[in-house]
Amino acid sequence: MAKKVFERPKYLKKSVFHYCPGCGHSIIHRLVAELLDELDIGKKAICVPPAGCAVLAYNYLDVDMGEAPHGRGAAVATGLKRTLPDKIVFTYQGDGDIAAIGTAETIHAANRGENITVIFVNNGVYGMTGGQMAPTTLEGQNSTTTPGGRDPARDGSPLDLSQMLAIAKGSVYIERTAVNSPKNIRRTKRAIKKAFKVQMAGLGFSLVEVLSPCPTNWKMTPVDAAKWVEEHVTKIFPLKVIKDKAGKVT
Amino acid sequence: MTKKRKKGRIVIDRELCKGCYLCVSVCPDQLIGVSDSLNQKGYYPAEFKGNNTGEEERGCTGCATCAITCPDVAIEVYRE
Amino acid sequence: MIGEAAVRAGCRFYAGYPITPQNELTEYMANAMAPLEDGTFVQAESELAAINMVIGASMAGARAMTSSSSPGISLKQEGISYLAAQELPAVIINTMRGGPGLGNIAPSQGDYFQATRGGGHGDYRTIVLAPASGQELANLTMTAFDYADNYRTPVMILGDGMMGQMMEPVTFPDPVDLQKLSPKPWKLDGADGRPSRVILSLLLDTAKEEEHNWKLARKYETIAREIARADTYMTQDAHLVVIAYGTAARIAKGAIKRVREIGLKVGLFRPVTLWPFPQRAILELSRFVKDFLVFEMSTGQMLEDVKLSLEGRSRVHFYGRPGGIISTPDEIAKVINSLYHRQRLELEEE
Ligand code: SF4
Ligand code: SF4
Ligand code: SF4
Repeated sequence: MAKKVFERPKYLKKSVFHYCPGCGHSIIHRLVAELLDELDIGKKAICVPPAGCAVLAYNYLDVDMGEAPHGRGAAVATGLKRTLPDKIVFTYQGDGDIAAIGTAETIHAANRGENITVIFVNNGVYGMTGGQMAPTTLEGQNSTTTPGGRDPARDGSPLDLSQMLAIAKGSVYIERTAVNSPKNIRRTKRAIKKAFKVQMAGLGFSLVEVLSPCPTNWKMTPVDAAKWVEEHVTKIFPLKVIKDKAGKVT
Repeated sequence: MTKKRKKGRIVIDRELCKGCYLCVSVCPDQLIGVSDSLNQKGYYPAEFKGNNTGEEERGCTGCATCAITCPDVAIEVYRE
Repeated sequence: MIGEAAVRAGCRFYAGYPITPQNELTEYMANAMAPLEDGTFVQAESELAAINMVIGASMAGARAMTSSSSPGISLKQEGISYLAAQELPAVIINTMRGGPGLGNIAPSQGDYFQATRGGGHGDYRTIVLAPASGQELANLTMTAFDYADNYRTPVMILGDGMMGQMMEPVTFPDPVDLQKLSPKPWKLDGADGRPSRVILSLLLDTAKEEEHNWKLARKYETIAREIARADTYMTQDAHLVVIAYGTAARIAKGAIKRVREIGLKVGLFRPVTLWPFPQRAILELSRFVKDFLVFEMSTGQMLEDVKLSLEGRSRVHFYGRPGGIISTPDEIAKVINSLYHRQRLELEEE
């Protein structure tokens, strides 16, 4: 008798993703949905979706959702979590959302040690608005607002927000992963699992930065985009546990 | 070489598939190919070639590597 | 005063950012929330963060408040627009100061347009309450939380630095029983045994956005019908009625007392709700009163609403002192006096 060993997780609604073929958002959504079930927190989870490509996350994740203005996810999550400390509150944010317009909200939430979890999707580009430079765009990388590629002298260099957040005393667990290969996808799932567990244990601010391909704006095939993450993005944003004050959480 | 235990099987939902072919690129035994007919969204979906590869050492183990890589959750995996 | 009233109204979440002249309130809330098990105070890193924390708390069902003064309220407009769009209750206190720009910290009424026209982007209104005494400030703070919950909309209390300094005895209303407040069947607290809920303002489908806009518009019509409110003083026999709100109304009242002593028939009309503007009550007055004097601590903003309300039926005069200048009742009495005599002469000539 054949047994199903992989199927659609129950916290993923039956709708078809609007994301482009090969978009990392879809994979990350699925991992979150799987964990909501595995950790049995779906019924008490409240997600704060971002502005950007993932703005429609509420069409996919079957949990309570409160949309934040662009960049303000950490502040909205603060209000939610402080009011309902027993619920699981997490934001889902892109690089422009979290590392440009919402830098202040994020840093201060981390510094206060807000007991929330942040899923930070870094694809190096403003996807939804058509591929403008993001704070995380690599040097030399093309975007619609960096003719000839990102020039540090003119455009600044890629911002490593996760490192900055690690300096804040209140942050507990910060890891950078990627979803460009089966191995990295598994690792991402483990990282998000730990981040949720840190919150469940009431330890404080947790964040997982996920390097994610945007084949459309990178103008690559999904397979090439996955390779590009490996060969270029991880050179500037290496995959690693950036901070772990939690140790083993059960 | 020992004979591989072909205990797995996958089902790809043609209509959910967006033709990114990440699954094609990750299957250790290259068991996934591309359909030659379009789906309703206008993509050539990926297709499980089955275990009858004619080569004994190739066959689906039900490892689910393809499924965890599929962005569109189009693949279900079964194991004996 | 606002702080105590807010706590009694069941406010359990406050986020704010320091700005003069309203720091006493922030400090009060810090101390008031600390001993409450279900109370939260956050000193936010910015005005934006503060209003967005209020959004989160409101989503979670709390009675939530933030406060600031003019430049800070400008920064909060983003959040206020979202509160309106997402139909979330919240109370926002604006202790107005001189502007534009940094301006100064003296009492002013330059934010009338910003408050009553929405202030942020999009087609929405904010309920705006303008107390003129300590007691009213306390009462309206309680009312503000009820309006916010009942209509699921942000409510602003528009005051100025003078209010904080009023040393008047106040009787606080009894604290509300949080358990007895109506449940919020829309709040986010985890989809346990019910379908998941979404609170959003993004409506990419233009038809849906239009529908949402009309839904809000209908709500605003209901609000306008139900809560528009004004206070009058000696208008029964008046030839001239001064229209002023908040601190300006207090000053005007003092002036009217003085000119009444010398026999001038002058009254006061004081809007308590600035939005909705008590349009009908003014129109009603215009049946007997041919001259109105609008007095504002600005270059003339409420003036427009008065003119719109009157539809050209009476003459509207204006006296304004922007920039944080606080007129004395004597100064206003002089203005009234000269206007009164000029208009009486004209009437006699006619
Ligand atoms: S534009 Fe990029 S990030 Fe947005 S859905 Fe497409 S691939 Fe994903
Ligand atoms: S389950 Fe494993 S072996 Fe089978 S098709 Fe998928 S990747 Fe290939
Ligand atoms: S990974 Fe999924 S969407 Fe991409 S080609 Fe394979 S089945 Fe289709």
